[in-house]
Amino acid sequence: MSKSLSSPASLLSAPAQNAAAGLALRCSNLHRHLGQGEGRVHVLRGVSFEARRGHVTAIVGPSGCGKSTLLYLLGLLDQPDDGSIWISDQLMSNSSDLDRTAARCEHIGFVFQFHFLMLEFSALDNVMMPMRKLGRLSEAEMVARARSLLADVGLGEKTHRLATQLSGGEQQRVAVARALANQPSIILADEPTGNLDVTNSNLVFDLLTKLAKENGQAVVLVTHNPEIAQRCDEIKPMRDGQFC
Amino acid sequence: MLMSLAGIVFGIGFFIVTQAQTSGFEQFFIRTILGTNGAIRIEDKIQSTIFAIAAAGHDADASKFEVAADRAGRKYIEGVEDPALITDALRKFRNVSGVSAVVQGSVIADSTFKNDAAKIYGINLEDHLAVSDLGSQIVRGAGGLEDFRTTPQGLLVGKVLADRLQLSPGDSLILQAGTEQRRYRVSALYETGVSDIDRVRIYMHLGEARSLLKKTSGASFIQVTLFDRDRAPQDAAKMEQVLRHGAKGWQEREKTWLEVFRALRVSSALTVSTIILISGLGMFNTLAMIVIEKTKEIAILRSMGYTRSDISRIFIWLGAIVLVMGTVGGWIMGAGVTYGVSKLPIRIRGIFSADSFQVYWSIWHYVVATLTAAVVVMTAAVIPARRAARLEPGDIIRGTSQ
Repeated sequence: MSKSLSSPASLLSAPAQNAAAGLALRCSNLHRHLGQGEGRVHVLRGVSFEARRGHVTAIVGPSGCGKSTLLYLLGLLDQPDDGSIWISDQLMSNSSDLDRTAARCEHIGFVFQFHFLMLEFSALDNVMMPMRKLGRLSEAEMVARARSLLADVGLGEKTHRLATQLSGGEQQRVAVARALANQPSIILADEPTGNLDVTNSNLVFDLLTKLAKENGQAVVLVTHNPEIAQRCDEIKPMRDGQFC
Repeated sequence: MLMSLAGIVFGIGFFIVTQAQTSGFEQFFIRTILGTNGAIRIEDKIQSTIFAIAAAGHDADASKFEVAADRAGRKYIEGVEDPALITDALRKFRNVSGVSAVVQGSVIADSTFKNDAAKIYGINLEDHLAVSDLGSQIVRGAGGLEDFRTTPQGLLVGKVLADRLQLSPGDSLILQAGTEQRRYRVSALYETGVSDIDRVRIYMHLGEARSLLKKTSGASFIQVTLFDRDRAPQDAAKMEQVLRHGAKGWQEREKTWLEVFRALRVSSALTVSTIILISGLGMFNTLAMIVIEKTKEIAILRSMGYTRSDISRIFIWLGAIVLVMGTVGGWIMGAGVTYGVSKLPIRIRGIFSADSFQVYWSIWHYVVATLTAAVVVMTAAVIPARRAARLEPGDIIRGTSQ
């Protein structure tokens, strides 16, 4: 099933090699347990992985195999029990909450199965939220960039609509634009098309991959959809907390 | 959240109104009492008693007296022996605005209707007008003060006493002090509003009072008014030290009533603060619910790079907005209702005389109400804010998406 399997052999000298190989993200020997007491499950069992800029990697596998857990670890939303994660050249797995939060803001964009838009705000405001936090652009520049991103995802005419006034597909496209707002080096997508019909699934996936490739961003997506997975540059099948 | 906001508005509003009312009546009482009895009363000469005498031993120079300097060693001689001297000395105090020597004594007042016990206050009218509001307290008598001023046998009788004796201006009244009986004429009736005063006090000319009471010299007390009434305790202490006469400021003299007003003010503040407190609890519940309802949004903001402090700040801001809106609304409501209440007619007689609700406008009522609300609202906001900040985005998103 794997189109190409990444070798974890060179992971020890990660920072130096990341830059050379165009790696946006690397992890090594990740372990993660979930639950407590008798319900404690060893979800990830020594996973190593790398994501290159401009490449789209699909992580596939049955429910409960640890795909999403891995994605959240890579996205620094969670901390591993063991193992290391490098974002660009920096070891982030053991860093403080503030450092991980700052890294998320600057380097990582998320797209979830559910759009998770702020329903009280317009599409434009939703896209501007990550930019406001990063604080690198002026208000006018943020508006211009948000408009441009919304135009890229085909919502140039609906920038001022509230999130509630958009269809499911449109909401997910706003979520894609929001993920790209700070020009992150990594896009992590958890079942980004899982809640959409075929047409919208293809539309969202095409947008995500096209924009990411144009900007040289590494895309890691978790999916159950074999058609979507087949269209990725690389497929990483998972089973029982490990890559097959 | 709207209910909490309404609660804050009502809480602050009622806080201001109740404080304005209780302070209003307190200030009115103080004005009445100052306008009747003055800011300081000088009475009773202090004589230091000798409580230790070291007897002479064999040494020629060993014989000596030790004089008591503390309050325990004092003896008071009733009245002011030389009022002219003390009055002159009092006028030299920078804060003193008026001084009036008063001769006081008990009499039986006998009208054609009945007789009753009374107290006469012998005064020099011009001096006493400078230390009291007697001029504005005249309620009946066409000639009023002018009639009293020009009639040596004129009396100013308290309205309650006059009603009991069925006296009107122009009527005659016999006053009996000991074996001495004299007929006088009622020049006017006055009303201080303090029933204890209006029931017994009769003003007459100082010379006539001396004659009736057979007090040819001295005074019972000296009434003093001040430019700055709040300095009465310090001035009284200084006067006592310098003049060697007992001196009491109005704060000490009226301590009982002032304590009652203070207790009322604190009690009403505590009662009304419960409205703010309940609103704060309501807001706490609302914010806690919002935290639960918005966990996904909090998680997504955290995934975008918003820090725990940023999340906490959202809820603090929410509380602050409610506080600001509630405060402004409460101020407007408080000021409006205070103004409305001040126009309500109500007849009060007893410790003072008033025909409408008394209110006192003070910025401090607004400040204290705001501070109370700020403490309650911000406490109600901080706890959910901290709870929101503690949420782990990974746990929330994993729980939602799988």
